[in-house]
Amino acid sequence: MFHTLGRYLLLLRLSFRKPEKFSVYWSEVMREMVSTGVGSLGIICIISVFIGAVATVQVAFQLSSPLVPKSIAGSISRDSTILEFSPTISALVLAGRVGSSIASQIGTMRVTEQIDALEIMGVNAPGYLISPKIIAGISMIPLLTVISVVLGLSGGYIACIVSGEISPTDYLSGLHDGFNSVIVTVCATKSISFGFIISSVCAYFGFYTSGGALEVGQSATKGVVFSCIWILFADLVISSVLL
Amino acid sequence: MIEIRDIFKTFGDNEVLRGISGVFKPGMNSLIIGGSGSGKTTLLKCIVGLHEPTAGEVFYDGENFTTMDFRQRVPIRKQIGMLFQNSALFDSMTVEGNVMFPLNLFTDQPKEEKLDRVNFCLKKVNLENKNHLYPSELSGGMKKRVGIARAISMQPKYLFVDEPNSGLDPLTSILIDNLINEITEEFNTTTVIVTHDMNSVMGIGDHILFLNQGEKWWEGSKEKIAHTDNKELNEFVFASKFMRAARAKL
Repeated sequence: MFHTLGRYLLLLRLSFRKPEKFSVYWSEVMREMVSTGVGSLGIICIISVFIGAVATVQVAFQLSSPLVPKSIAGSISRDSTILEFSPTISALVLAGRVGSSIASQIGTMRVTEQIDALEIMGVNAPGYLISPKIIAGISMIPLLTVISVVLGLSGGYIACIVSGEISPTDYLSGLHDGFNSVIVTVCATKSISFGFIISSVCAYFGFYTSGGALEVGQSATKGVVFSCIWILFADLVISSVLL
Repeated sequence: MIEIRDIFKTFGDNEVLRGISGVFKPGMNSLIIGGSGSGKTTLLKCIVGLHEPTAGEVFYDGENFTTMDFRQRVPIRKQIGMLFQNSALFDSMTVEGNVMFPLNLFTDQPKEEKLDRVNFCLKKVNLENKNHLYPSELSGGMKKRVGIARAISMQPKYLFVDEPNSGLDPLTSILIDNLINEITEEFNTTTVIVTHDMNSVMGIGDHILFLNQGEKWWEGSKEKIAHTDNKELNEFVFASKFMRAARAKL
């Protein structure tokens, strides 16, 4: 385990060496941002609307007591969406979509000697391949999380209209009640950390692939599994420290 | 000139290279030949720095490459061109992008100049007007030629070629061999080729190094290879009926 951790940290250090040429790296960063951000927008939109709707319906169902104001369902739905559903569930889905793509892309480059070709040319391969992906991860995943929060809360509103469990007015009033800005800080911290975990862990497994097509698949699987575990662990740590 | 001194390479308990020394001169095609598992590709990877030798040293024009760190190696690496066995073209880039890639990273030339250089290199390998194709749209021989174009785009002093003829038909193999030979003569490059193709050996082998079980077994020229009394080399070179018939005619 210490060997793996040490190799991971060394790879990260190599990834953030001074670029050979900033403009070439910048265009790679832009390409990765489009791939991570725009490419994942569809799936994030779909899951966010449904998660927000389901969360609202279930909270409304559980708070059926006449002593509890209906608007509380909106507050709970808001907090759980911002604190947990949007950053964490989005990250777990993105680990599958973006993470597996990163691991398999870099893994394929390794087994087809494309990484060797970069090194022969004198290019810092970890820097050229991994740093743009990490930068894209820590910038685009928080943006996707913001979109996810907005759509999740909108999904809750739609659920109120469709199911009639609580009135849309109560839901909207619940969204405003007792808002504590620390949940936004927690959400931002989580999404940036998760972006880093997904891109760096999956890149690590891809970079150290050896063998052929079978091993590329195994690297992608390992990357996704380890990313998910680290996302859940980081989720716990950030929540414990910041809340 | 490249000099290797006493190169050893071990993977776990497996000793792949055992004390190999040799000199590769400019303007000559130096061929490293040997059977499968004899350590040819490992030796090539030790020379270019993809593997670190367990012991021994590699010198590029007198400079000890083995003791250099990544940054110190960069100026030498900029003078290295390499053609990989499977071409190793970047899938996400077009032919033009692949050939222009080292120019983009290491030169400050204006786009037009870089494009001129790319077109010159592609013309050299007879791939004019293929700039916008992706590697997936190319045949094996075309990929090799793009690989050569990329390798020569930075006008290298040292050219390394790993199994240039693997998976190619005889005509394309001869074309690739001739291309490598032409580049070596025209640009006076120090060319090191790993192969087990006897047509290449007899065609362009100015200097031949035969490896057997990780050791240097024989060294000489293509003229001498036909008259050697080295048993292992004879078995390797004259394994086919065609080669035996060719020797009988000599």
